[in-house]
Amino acid sequence: MHGISFDIAHLLAGSLVLISFLELYQDRLYALLNVYALHALVLAASVAWQAFIQDAPHLYVTALIALVFKAIVIPTALHRIIVRLGIHREIEKVVGVGPAMLAGIGLVALSMVVMLRVTQEADPLAREDLAFALSVVLLGLLMMVTRRNAVSQVVGFMSLENGLVLAATGAKGMPLVVEISVAFSILIAFIVIGIFLFRIRERFDTVDVQVLDRFRGERR
Amino acid sequence: MTFGALTFGPIAFDPLVGVLIVPAAAAALLAALPGYRTTARLNVVATTLTLLCALSLFFVRPAPGSYLLVDDLNGTFIVLTTFVGFTTSIFSASYIGHELDIGRLTPPFVRFYHAMYQVLMFAMNLALTANNIGLMWVAVELATLTTVLMVGIYRSHEALEAAWKYFILGSVGIALALFGTILVYMAARPVIGEGLDAMVWSVLVKRAGAFDPALLNVAFVFLLLGYGTKVGLAPLHAWLPDAHAEGPTPISAVLSGLLLNVALYALLRFKMLLAVNPGALAPGPLMVTLGLISLVFAAFMLYRRRDIKRLFAYSSIEHMGIITFAFGMGGALANFAGLFHMTMHSLTKSAIFFAVGHVAQVKGTQRIADMGGLTETHPVLGWGLVLGVVAIAGLPPLGIFMSEFLVVSSTFAREPALAIILVFGILVGLAGLFLRLNSIAFGEPRGPSAPAQASYVPMFTHLALVLAAGIYMPPALVAWFQNVAGLLG
Repeated sequence: MHGISFDIAHLLAGSLVLISFLELYQDRLYALLNVYALHALVLAASVAWQAFIQDAPHLYVTALIALVFKAIVIPTALHRIIVRLGIHREIEKVVGVGPAMLAGIGLVALSMVVMLRVTQEADPLAREDLAFALSVVLLGLLMMVTRRNAVSQVVGFMSLENGLVLAATGAKGMPLVVEISVAFSILIAFIVIGIFLFRIRERFDTVDVQVLDRFRGERR
Repeated sequence: MTFGALTFGPIAFDPLVGVLIVPAAAAALLAALPGYRTTARLNVVATTLTLLCALSLFFVRPAPGSYLLVDDLNGTFIVLTTFVGFTTSIFSASYIGHELDIGRLTPPFVRFYHAMYQVLMFAMNLALTANNIGLMWVAVELATLTTVLMVGIYRSHEALEAAWKYFILGSVGIALALFGTILVYMAARPVIGEGLDAMVWSVLVKRAGAFDPALLNVAFVFLLLGYGTKVGLAPLHAWLPDAHAEGPTPISAVLSGLLLNVALYALLRFKMLLAVNPGALAPGPLMVTLGLISLVFAAFMLYRRRDIKRLFAYSSIEHMGIITFAFGMGGALANFAGLFHMTMHSLTKSAIFFAVGHVAQVKGTQRIADMGGLTETHPVLGWGLVLGVVAIAGLPPLGIFMSEFLVVSSTFAREPALAIILVFGILVGLAGLFLRLNSIAFGEPRGPSAPAQASYVPMFTHLALVLAAGIYMPPALVAWFQNVAGLLG
């Protein structure tokens, strides 16, 4: 009854959730970055599809940002950074794959229950889009808390942000989407293009956030 | 008093534009100019101009557009922000001069610092004047970014770690706030229709009664967690003490005195939306709970602090807790008390940070154990700090005593049980502060006793205002606050 446009939008949004799960258990930084690039690629396709079915040309700009900036520029830059830092072989996790996946499934169930219940009056496309988007956001958060490595925390944050862009484009006719995605890209550029990672390396000889924790708290 | 724009000959003067353009232009100029002396003065000139524009908003009230809005509520916030921004820029000039002398900051970093200071003022003013909830979010994000950069400006281990922590927690906070903003749009769309209007706050608040309450509820939870992180409410406060302790002290003053208020302001705007909708949950109890948790938690945390700036950072969490609590209680009296307390806290806490900045500079450390007998070695600075702590602890006759008294008495009349927790938290905090103050200001003098090259004017101006407000509130000011408290519902 929904037609093909609904099915494709659904497929793309669902794939984003699936790729978020893929990210959860990648235990090598290279693989993680590749999966993230795929995440951004699917996001770009999803946004472009929304632009097409909503007949909203400005969303193509958001799709283009996702494609060029998130799927190509950022992963390439991060690749270079981890090679320069010599950490491309390591990855460490606080919890194992099993518990992380279970927690992820729980979060997806939670977002389905919450969003589908409260959006009964919205149109079905936006509804399910929103439920998927919240899942992606929560999975990104989960990734940020289960990882210790600064680079994988950033990847977690970026996939969280992809979820937000998905939500914003799914909300039909929402103004300022392009501006918001630009603002977010600036935010990410800030993190990635150096400042912190290079400085952290300079000072600590590691990007393991746990080492940073040594310096926390009171001066003694 | 609504006139639209005043015209002087051919040039139309719009104070609202001035509040935004002046800091933006100053940021560009300061980024381009070398030389500490000129730029520090220019920084003061820019904040003075911004303050004048903000004050003229009382006389010239532009009509609300789809992006910007000025009403009595944010007028109060803007004047407070630009005033503290102005006095902090004076303090900053002498503070940064000293940092340059001892080589803790180099000229390029000072140039960067001044430009960022103005960008931060711009972002806060934009967040306060935004009528569009999307624009408001972008402005809060910009303010977060600039403060992250300034917190990390010393490039030490601790400063970088503080900046990273602030950055990650702050980003997650604003990400959640954006999700909440999108949900508000989703709730508004069926009623208002697609497009820009469904994100304009003044339109939303007129039609919010017809929104889907369930969607609004979920949206508010996200907004509360998101902007609440920026307010520094426990348990989302982890970034706050580090960011205050490791950044330059003028930034600690602006963070505590202003940025926390801006985030709270964003929350209040959404609370007003929910208040219009009869089916939506009451946001009050959520805010009351978070406020009380922050108050009691921070009060206990005051006892074991060894770092002077960290001590007052926890005190800020405590007071943001009280303010959030008061706004959560709602009603004319509690809102009045909350607004009054917020104003008093901004003035007092920034005055304390002005004192602390100079104290840390003369003693060469932020460790409380290494500074003793400050009232003997540096009487003016020492007694200024004592006065500030007496004020922030809520002793009469200073302004914070009055505002805390109002919060407590209005709560006693309605929810005596909550008032007991409130009083308990305030007393625990008071004792903790005095315990620490005793070892800083009195006792055996410790550390260097070289005279301070300080500008005392900003600190004593703030303290005098707080003292004056505690002794006598002009009826016009009371009427103004009552009017704004009425708006908050």
